[in-house]
Amino acid sequence: MHRIVLSIRWVGRLTIRACAGVGRFTIFTAHAFSHVFRPPFYFRELLNAVLAIGYFSLPVVALTALFAGGALALQIYAGGSRFDAQATVPSVVAIGMVRELGPVLCGLMVAGRAASAIAAELATMKVTDQIDALTTLSTDPVKFLVTPRVVAAALVMPVLTGVGDILGIMGGYLVGVYRLGFNSAAYLQTTLQFLQRPDVTSGLAKAAVFGLIIALVGCYFGMNSGRGAKGVGRATTGAVAASSALIIASNYVLTEIFFPA
Amino acid sequence: MTDPVIELTEVGKSFGSNRVLRNISLTVGHGESFALIGSSGTGKSVAIKCILGLMRPDTGRISLFGRETGGRDAAMYDRIGMLFQEGALFDSMCVWHNVAFRLMRGERKLAPARAKEIAVRKLERVGLGAETADLYPSELSGGMKKRVGLARAIATDPELIFFDEPTTGLDPIRATMINDLIRGIVTESGATAVTITHDMGSVMKISNRAGLLHAGEIVWLGSSDTLKTESNPFIRQFVEGSSEGPISVAI
Ligand SMILES: Nc1ncnc2c1ncn2[C@@H]1O[C@H](COP(=O)(O)OP(=O)(O)O)[C@@H](O)[C@H]1O
Ligand SMILES: [Mg+2]
Repeated sequence: MHRIVLSIRWVGRLTIRACAGVGRFTIFTAHAFSHVFRPPFYFRELLNAVLAIGYFSLPVVALTALFAGGALALQIYAGGSRFDAQATVPSVVAIGMVRELGPVLCGLMVAGRAASAIAAELATMKVTDQIDALTTLSTDPVKFLVTPRVVAAALVMPVLTGVGDILGIMGGYLVGVYRLGFNSAAYLQTTLQFLQRPDVTSGLAKAAVFGLIIALVGCYFGMNSGRGAKGVGRATTGAVAASSALIIASNYVLTEIFFPA
Repeated sequence: MTDPVIELTEVGKSFGSNRVLRNISLTVGHGESFALIGSSGTGKSVAIKCILGLMRPDTGRISLFGRETGGRDAAMYDRIGMLFQEGALFDSMCVWHNVAFRLMRGERKLAPARAKEIAVRKLERVGLGAETADLYPSELSGGMKKRVGLARAIATDPELIFFDEPTTGLDPIRATMINDLIRGIVTESGATAVTITHDMGSVMKISNRAGLLHAGEIVWLGSSDTLKTESNPFIRQFVEGSSEGPISVAI
């Protein structure tokens, strides 16, 4: 009996804490968005964030996409050969990359690189009182630190994903032509003919949402960091885990929205 | 006493089961230089953060400049300077950017060249040469960081300045220099000042009134001049630096 009461209490406490966390994150998000179109604008911060999140993520995104595209081509060839459908390699690689793998892989790679970096930077600022210092210098820390990163991530992620899409298709093409014996011109032609505009735009829209998630979660964990070096570490790992999970979950929801069965 | 600049009424603040501030009532008048004394971890920084609206007290009321503090009010912060305990310099910005941070934003919005000029002047005021202006905080020693923090706190000539442990971690010579600096700045600007410290030399040098925080309450309030001859056992223990007395310190 006693044990049942205790476990109910435990579940209740956990639920309350989870709800409170979601509520706080929602308020935080609304606060960050409310400053997007409200001056003053911090262009310098925005530019720095674009470089940090976007430019420096290019190599890892490019490599990942290239190899993922190649592997995808091999798998589809092997799977397709079971029912004589090897010819679908170019089109399935293209659609798989552009709709799913491009945005999701790009989102996860950037979550690993940027959400962690953002969380660590802001958590360090938090534990060294720099965030409080911003406030006492009449500057809203959310407006100064969060809004530029959120805008930058939402702008930069579709671009990164676009690059990832192209390189992923390239990876599929290289494997298709040099390993699987496809005709080079025919491979490209099939790809281009098959892809439709919504395939591409839905993927890029997903990427923008993932960008929002990465920056918001990274900033939220950073600004709510616990004290000391331990707090910074926990904020960093928490940000990566939470943003990755949110990306995967929201990817399913977005896919349902864009391509309902 | 003239009209109060800071007024705390029965303020309490806890973190979980840790009751840091129990019941603090305190008034600091216009032009006064007040010292808040207390051993490490008694909640002096927490008290200042509550006054500044950086933390929300659980109970009680706080007003600044005769107005109750609620939300974070940029106009109010414009009248306030704060030197944080560890400096809290922005490490992504060079020294003069730190000092000129507020000059280049908000209503002032000075052009960078003009802001830098003022920043360099403030740096000189705290004893740092113009060559430090382009350094980054990571390139500075602890004492220099304190000075840059000081320059940033006074960059816009605020009416109310907080100094959180300005001399902690400095050698006695530098501590004296910082004390002299703060006294000079406060007297020449006529600003109201609140200094947190556990250094009795600082208290006597830079403040005219002091309060002792112990176990979440202010256990003594009085003039800084009479500290040396004060008979209050808490103060005696602090002045003498004795381990015997009403304040028991866990090691
Ligand atoms: N953000 C916080 N979360 C939890 N506890 C805190 C926080 N800030 C301060 N404390 C606790 O409050 C107490 C007083 O801290 P502080 O005001 O920094 O002391 P000091 O008098 O040395 O400035 C300490 O026990 C500290 O652990
Ligand atoms: Mg302190």
